[in-house]
Amino acid sequence: MSFQTLKNGFLIALLSSFLVACSSTGKNDGSASGVTGDGSGSGVTTGGAGDSGAYGDDLSAGGTLATVFYFDFDSTNLKPEARAALNGHAQRLKSSPIYVRLEGHGDERGSREYNMALGERRANSVKEYLVLQGVDGQYIEVISYGEERPAALGSDESSWGLNRRVEIRRR
Amino acid sequence: MLKKRVFLVFCLLAAWAVGSHAELTIEVTSGVDNPTVVAVSPIKEKSGVLPEDISAIVSADLERSGLFRSIARQNMLSFPGDQSEVYYRDWRVLGAQYLVFGNAEKLPDGRTKVVFGLAEVLGEKVVLSQVVHGRDDSLRDIAHYISDKVYEALTGVRGAFSTRLAYVTSVRGASGRTMYRLMVSDADGARERMMLESTEPLMSPGWSPDGRELVYVSFETGRPAIFRQKLSDASRKQVTNFTGLNGAPAWSPDGRKLALVLSKDGNPEIYLYDFVSGEFTRMTKHFSIDTEPNWTVDSKSIIFTSDRGGSPQIYKLDIASGATERLTFRGNYNARPRLAPDGRTLVMVHRDGGGFHIASQDLVTNDFRILTSTQMDESPTVAPNGAMLLYSTKRGGKGVLAAVSIDAGVKFFLPAREGDVREPAWSPFL
Repeated sequence: MSFQTLKNGFLIALLSSFLVACSSTGKNDGSASGVTGDGSGSGVTTGGAGDSGAYGDDLSAGGTLATVFYFDFDSTNLKPEARAALNGHAQRLKSSPIYVRLEGHGDERGSREYNMALGERRANSVKEYLVLQGVDGQYIEVISYGEERPAALGSDESSWGLNRRVEIRRR
Repeated sequence: MLKKRVFLVFCLLAAWAVGSHAELTIEVTSGVDNPTVVAVSPIKEKSGVLPEDISAIVSADLERSGLFRSIARQNMLSFPGDQSEVYYRDWRVLGAQYLVFGNAEKLPDGRTKVVFGLAEVLGEKVVLSQVVHGRDDSLRDIAHYISDKVYEALTGVRGAFSTRLAYVTSVRGASGRTMYRLMVSDADGARERMMLESTEPLMSPGWSPDGRELVYVSFETGRPAIFRQKLSDASRKQVTNFTGLNGAPAWSPDGRKLALVLSKDGNPEIYLYDFVSGEFTRMTKHFSIDTEPNWTVDSKSIIFTSDRGGSPQIYKLDIASGATERLTFRGNYNARPRLAPDGRTLVMVHRDGGGFHIASQDLVTNDFRILTSTQMDESPTVAPNGAMLLYSTKRGGKGVLAAVSIDAGVKFFLPAREGDVREPAWSPFL
């Protein structure tokens, strides 16, 4: 939460105090008047705190190591190619530990909060695999974005396949 | 008679000048077979033109319920402003069963006074008559108020036109960056206002039971966190900041607690947050996913989604005893439950061979119905009067809001102007 947010919020609070509607529509239950009575404040702009930026080149080892791992529908199981890439990441993370973040994602099908949980499960299965390979778990942060940040925008099998993923990033 | 005709033409011109400029175009794709015909005569101001076309708003409200059909203004033979100007024969020939009439008057203090009535055409009697006051910026409120009263008089069910919607939009900018916005609008989509804008995802808006605050999930800190925000001054507070998921906030009907999902202990579990004590109480203990809590009307139980049975299904948890019972058995995907105000109609996201639809289940008779024929349907939210539910779906590759009546007879879309719209949350009665 940025200072800007608070400042804008305060400005809007000030503004809306001038805009408070004094409508008195319903003479008995006043059900309609309540609507404008609170004069819904317009926006608060939040500058996103953002994440720590693009993939570090060192994570992909000059493009030789995959940093995105894909999953089957409704599955949190690692595929063989993901395991192979993660073995490489585990070696590098063990020899020179850095803080990494595993971002879990799902496709758009089904409900959003359930997909948040699935995304976290996928990221956790990657974390567990890395820890099994000897990486210290305290260097690994897990976060789920559910279906909120799709990599591909289409509503078809190939887009969904690209969206069911875990990305490893520098923290 | 000639005088009357001339006056009518003037009124028509005035009405066109005002125009209708609703933000969203409502497209009713399916209504009831024999809608009741309600004519809404233009409500005009004696000495000028009102900034909003009250009658057009009332007509649109009634049509959107799917239960009523209105009569086009250009077909009307007279525009009665009060009871003495109602010629029932004018409305019988048009096939109108009911007539809404009224007039407006500017008061010296700047307010507008609207007198309106509802007449039964065949019985030739006025069944409802009321006076409402408001400022120019509350003419839409007056219109929705009239709609509520007419709806209630004709159906016996309280109208929900004076309520609001919260929803999330996302717009992908030219730079490829997505802007997420939390919006609030009237129930008809008009008077849209932005509550929050962020370059990080916003999710899961919900209302406080008094309709004055929203709860939602924002990723603005780089992680999901739950916030509450007042509509009046946009002031807000962060409620949670735990490691892992901070999601699916749902305010209890009694206003005292928030149900939510945290995975700080390694796995998504349902918690209750007490607004007074500030304490979090864990309600579920299971290695599977437990999420999407919602409250029963008495605030004594939680219904939620869990895949503890091998697929996502809906469960009910009694808060006092901890007893948990499974509610859904049809199909292998039932999620995101919401209870209608009757306390027995459960609505949810249900997957069948054709995709994801909104379905309802009567918790007493277990009667199960798939309500929508669109696919990729999610986030059902029931109107506070229980007559309609809104949900989000995909249309032409875009996220849009759609509505269906609880008996599946009435269906319509609320097309958006820009970007994707999703996660509607219908306010309580305000």
